[in-house]
Amino acid sequence: MAENIIIPISPDSLLEEVLKMKNSECRLVQICSTRTQDGYELSYSFGKDYDLYNLRFTIGEDAQIPSITNIYPTAFLYENEIHDLFGVQIKMISVDYQGTLYRTDKKTPFK
Amino acid sequence: MSKRSIVPFGPHHPVLPEPIHLDLVLEDEKVVEAVPSIGFIHRGLEKLVEKKDFNEYVYVAERICGICSFMHGMGYCESVEHVMGVEVPPRAKYLRTIWCEMSRLHSHLLWLGLLADAFGFESLFMQSWRMREKILDMFETSTGGRVIFSVNKIGGVMKDMDADMLKEFVKILNGMEKDLRELSRTFLENKAVNSRLQGVGLLTKQQAHDLGAVGPFMRASGIVRDTRRMGYAAYSDLEFETITSDVGDCYARTDVRIKELFQSIDIIRQAVEKIPDSEIAVPVKGFPDGEYFMRVEQPRGEAVYYVKGNGTKFLDRVRVRTPTFANLPGMLETLKGAQLADVPILILTIDPCISCTER
Repeated sequence: MAENIIIPISPDSLLEEVLKMKNSECRLVQICSTRTQDGYELSYSFGKDYDLYNLRFTIGEDAQIPSITNIYPTAFLYENEIHDLFGVQIKMISVDYQGTLYRTDKKTPFK
Repeated sequence: MSKRSIVPFGPHHPVLPEPIHLDLVLEDEKVVEAVPSIGFIHRGLEKLVEKKDFNEYVYVAERICGICSFMHGMGYCESVEHVMGVEVPPRAKYLRTIWCEMSRLHSHLLWLGLLADAFGFESLFMQSWRMREKILDMFETSTGGRVIFSVNKIGGVMKDMDADMLKEFVKILNGMEKDLRELSRTFLENKAVNSRLQGVGLLTKQQAHDLGAVGPFMRASGIVRDTRRMGYAAYSDLEFETITSDVGDCYARTDVRIKELFQSIDIIRQAVEKIPDSEIAVPVKGFPDGEYFMRVEQPRGEAVYYVKGNGTKFLDRVRVRTPTFANLPGMLETLKGAQLADVPILILTIDPCISCTER
């Protein structure tokens, strides 16, 4: 049976942990944001064969996190998505749509 | 010196039934870069989980897409069932498997028709969709619906198929298999068709991995991965091989999908033969409290359903990562170096579903 593991990390160690995933030849599966009372809970999911590893951390509403697009270039869509829908602040996305990936009437509708 | 220009492609285009826009950077007729724009019709269905209780949300999940509607409903149900520790009755697992494979059949036939239409084979398009109608008729007979089925529920399914109905379905599929062999000969052996597909839009195995591709698009580049192998529904009881190709071009993607059509027919036959007698649903008590990442192999590839419950009837979060969203970076890569005339075919060969992407 495939594993489905949640790995708690600190926001500061995000790039380091993502790099470990890259070096383990994991693929990026998705990035998910969940609204919490005072911020966001973020899950970065990586797959290897049928196993799924989810890096998990929480941040405050105004916190900024680094983009992982230098390590996983395909993350630009997921990062723009959580920025546009939730308002998560992400620094240095390789292709930054500046809030126009989703043309929603209301800004950050999932916030 | 070549001339550089930017050509807008979409959001409305004859080969695109749904809106997606690409800015194609061209050097003469060659694409050197493509920048996508999506989000024209984003519906925010994930947000609705705050207003629909976890049982009602099955109907919302189904409406993410009109082609994978059954699988969206099932993926959501299986994720909630996992959180709640609900064991679905064996017959319901088999029924879900049969409907899943019927969904794959009608989705792949729809795609084949669109592909034929894109390279100008009108008759081939009509033959593909004529066959697809039979699958939709089977859906209508078994569920009452042709697009939205509403047969999934947390704890099982709402409708059964009796032995006569299943026997009739196998008879229809046996007949369809013969027509399908004839149809696939045109797609795979016709010289004019091959000239549009072979050597076009190459994606290597390494690129497919690095770009996070999924489904037939990924398997056509040689990666052996099929989420059905994880054994959800009744797949762990059934025998099937993961269909791949090592070539990675548009032809390989067509080849993989055509082989998957025959495989789906075979899986349905096996499921009909082995389906056990049992209840089709179990009562579900309480509310979901916990989280789970469920993965399902949709016709276009792996879909991820994340649910997080808080012990009340409203979930904290539902998130669906659809296969088209995962395949967009791969599609952009295949466009680089392509001729402008091949762009519609290239976009089609990832089998894009914008409805899923704009959930």
